[in-house]
Amino acid sequence: MERNPMRRQLASLRKSLFDQGYLDEQFMELEQLQDDANPNFVEEVVTLYYRDSARLIVNLDHALERRPLDFSKLDGLMHQFKGSSSSIGAKKVKAESTLFREYCKSGNAEGCMRTFQQLKKEYATLRKKLETYFQLARQIGPMESANRPK
Amino acid sequence: MTVEQIGSEGKDQFPIGMRVLAVDDDPTCLLLLGTLLRRCQYHVTTTSQAKTALKMLRENKNKFDLVISDVHMPDMDGFKLLEHVGLEMDLPVIMLSANGDTKLVMKGITHGACDYLLKPVRIEELQNIWQHVVRRKKKDRCNSGSKEKPHPDSGEAAGIGNVDNNGKLNKKRKDQNEDEDYERDENGHDNEDPSAQKKPRVVWSVELHRKFVAAVNQLGIDKAVPKKILELMNVEKLTRENVASHLQKFRLYLKRISCVANQQANMAAALGTADSAYLRMGSLNGLGNFHTLAGSDQLHNAAFRSFPPSGVLGRLNTPAGLGIRGLPSPGTIQLGHVQNSGNPTNDLSKLQSFVPGNHNTNILQGMPMSLELDRLQHNKSVGHIGELPTTDSTTVFPGSGNLVDARITGFSNNPLLGVTSNSLMLEGSSQQATSHTSVSAIGFQNGNALSDFTSIAPASNQLQDSKAGSQGQASPINCNAGQIIRSAPQEWNAPRKDAPYQSHASINSSIPINSAMIQLGQCLDRNNSIFHKTTDLDSVGPLNFVDPLSIKHGEGDNSIMEPSVIEKEGYLMFQPRPHGSHVPDNIGSLEDLASAMMKQEGGCNGYSLRTSI
Repeated sequence: MERNPMRRQLASLRKSLFDQGYLDEQFMELEQLQDDANPNFVEEVVTLYYRDSARLIVNLDHALERRPLDFSKLDGLMHQFKGSSSSIGAKKVKAESTLFREYCKSGNAEGCMRTFQQLKKEYATLRKKLETYFQLARQIGPMESANRPK
Repeated sequence: MTVEQIGSEGKDQFPIGMRVLAVDDDPTCLLLLGTLLRRCQYHVTTTSQAKTALKMLRENKNKFDLVISDVHMPDMDGFKLLEHVGLEMDLPVIMLSANGDTKLVMKGITHGACDYLLKPVRIEELQNIWQHVVRRKKKDRCNSGSKEKPHPDSGEAAGIGNVDNNGKLNKKRKDQNEDEDYERDENGHDNEDPSAQKKPRVVWSVELHRKFVAAVNQLGIDKAVPKKILELMNVEKLTRENVASHLQKFRLYLKRISCVANQQANMAAALGTADSAYLRMGSLNGLGNFHTLAGSDQLHNAAFRSFPPSGVLGRLNTPAGLGIRGLPSPGTIQLGHVQNSGNPTNDLSKLQSFVPGNHNTNILQGMPMSLELDRLQHNKSVGHIGELPTTDSTTVFPGSGNLVDARITGFSNNPLLGVTSNSLMLEGSSQQATSHTSVSAIGFQNGNALSDFTSIAPASNQLQDSKAGSQGQASPINCNAGQIIRSAPQEWNAPRKDAPYQSHASINSSIPINSAMIQLGQCLDRNNSIFHKTTDLDSVGPLNFVDPLSIKHGEGDNSIMEPSVIEKEGYLMFQPRPHGSHVPDNIGSLEDLASAMMKQEGGCNGYSLRTSI
C-alpha cells in the first residue's frame, strides 16, 4: 500500500526526533492518551502549546529588553514556559529553559540573553519538525494511530 | 473507559467517577491534566482561573471530591487557593508544579496540601490520587466522633486497605454514613460510622453542654470528676465515658482559651485602637470578624475598638473586651443590647470564638476577644466557668458557649475547634442561620475541627456533619473570602437542628454586631430567626452567645443583629461592608487576618504561617 512507505517515513521521523533529543518520554505519554475518542490529541496539545507559549516568548523578549534586567520576573516567566514545554516533551527547549533559569538565579544577564536566543532556535526547529510530522501523520490518516508504535 | 461510561457521581464505583477540579493557568498543562484525569476515569472539571475554581467550589461544596491545582498562577497563588479550599471546604488538594524545590514542597505541605506532584505529571501518579479522598473521609469520620468509637475507624481502615472493592465499599459506607447522618438529624447521634459498634455517639447539644458546664461549675473545675458530673447532670443514656471525654475536651478548650486570651491581649495591644486596627483585630481575634461584620456602624466597630488593647482575658474588663459592651461606636446599638444582657459578650465571644481555629488560627485569637467582651459584659457569665482558666474565656464556654467554646478552643489548636479561622467569627452567626451561614465558621473547617468542637460544644457533632454538609452549604455569609467562615457555619448549621444549639449560633451572630456581625449577620440573618427562637441560649446564661445579639438578652430579638447580619457579603473580613468596616473585601483579608492571628498566636496555626504574614 502506498501508505506503507509513508508509515515507514513517519516512524523514522518520529524515531529521529527522539534519538536527536528533540523529544522525550513525555511525548510518548501524549501519544498514549490519543485514542479513538481523541484521535488528534497529540497534535492538539502541541498546537495549543505553540500558540500559548508564543505569548510567553514575546513577554520574555520584552523583559530581556529592559535595563536592568528583572531576574525574578524573567525566572517566573521562564518557569511557566518550562512547565509548558515539559508537558509536551520538548526536551531541548526544556534544557535551555533550565539553563536560562540558572542564569537568572545567578544574575547573569549575558548568560540569560544568550541562552534565550538558543532557546528560541530550538523552539522554532522543533516546531518545524513537528509540523512535518503531523502533516505526514494526517496524510496517512486514521490508520496511523493503529500502527503507530506505542 | 470514556468518561461517558462513568456515572456522574460514580460513587458506587469509586474511584471511578471521582469528581476532580483541575486548576492551571497554562492551557497546555491543563489540557494534558484534564485528559490524563479522564483517562483515569475521573469526572473532571477544568478551569484556568483560581478565582473561578473557588467560586465553583463555594457554589456547591459537595460538587467535588478533590482539587488539583498548579502552584504558580497569575490571579492567585496556588498556596492561597489551597488555604482557602482547606479552610472552607476541607477538600483534599494536590499541588502541581514544574518546580520541585524542597522548599516549595514543604510550603505545600504546611499549607495543607495532601500531595505535591511535579510536572509533567504522569498518569500513574494520577491513578492513585483518590486515596487522598478516602483518607480524608476516614479522617473526618474519625474526628467526628470517633473518640468514643474506635470501631468505625478500624472498619474504615479495613475498607480502605483494600483498594478495590473495599475501597469502594468503604466509600459507600462513608457515603451512607453521611447520608444517614444528615437524615438522622443533627441531634441524632454522630453518624460518622453507621456501625457504631460500641455505643451510639452522644451528641453534645447545647442543652447538654450547658448542663455539663453547670455541673462542672458547681463542682469546681478542679474537682469535677466525670462520675459526679454525670450525677449532677442526670441525663439518661449518658455514660461516664461520654462525660469523661467531653470533660477532657472542655479542659483543653479552657486551656486554649487562656492561650488565646493572652494572644488576644497581645493582639489588642498591637492593634491599637485604630479602627483599622480594629478591623484587623476583629478579624484576627475573631472579633475582627465582628468588625467586618459590623460594618462600621454596627456595634461591632465599637466593640472592637474597645477591644484591642487589653489582653484577651483581661479584655473583658478593658474596653477592648468590652468592645462589645462598651461599644461606644456607632453601630453599637446592638451592642447596647448585648451589653445589657450581658450576653452580648457571649455573643461576641462567640463570634470570636468562632474564629476559625484552623488554618488561620488567628481568628481564634480574635475569639478570645469576644470572650472577653462577653465577660465584661457579663460578669456573671464568667462566673459560670468558675475555675476556667480564663474566666473570660470560659464564660463563653459554659452553656451557650458551646459554640464559642468550641471556637475558642479551636482557636489555638485547630483540632479543637477545627474552626477555620475565618469561620470562627462568622461561625457564630452562621450557625444559626442558615445552614449555610458561614458563621458556623466556627471554624470547623475540617470535620476534625468539628469533632473537637463537639466535645466542647454540642455542636461538634453537628459540625462534623455540617462539615460534610457544609461543603455545599457554604453559608451565605461568605460571599467573599469570608467563605471560610462560611464553611464553618455549614457545619455548624447542621447542628442547627438543635435548637439550643442554634441559639448559640445566633448568639454568635449577635456578637458580631461589630463587623463580625456583618458577616455573621449574613448568616445571622438567617440564623437570627434561630436566635430568637433559641431562647435557650438566653437561658444559658450570659455565656450564651446568642443573647447578645439575637436574643437581645433573653429572647433574642435578633433584630439588632439582623441589620448587621444582613447579607453582608464579607465574611469576616471580606465583607465589603460599606459601613466602613475595615474588613478588607478580599481574600487578602483572610490572609491578613491569618497573619494577624499568627503573630498573636505565635504560630499556633501552621497555616497562619503561610498567610500573608
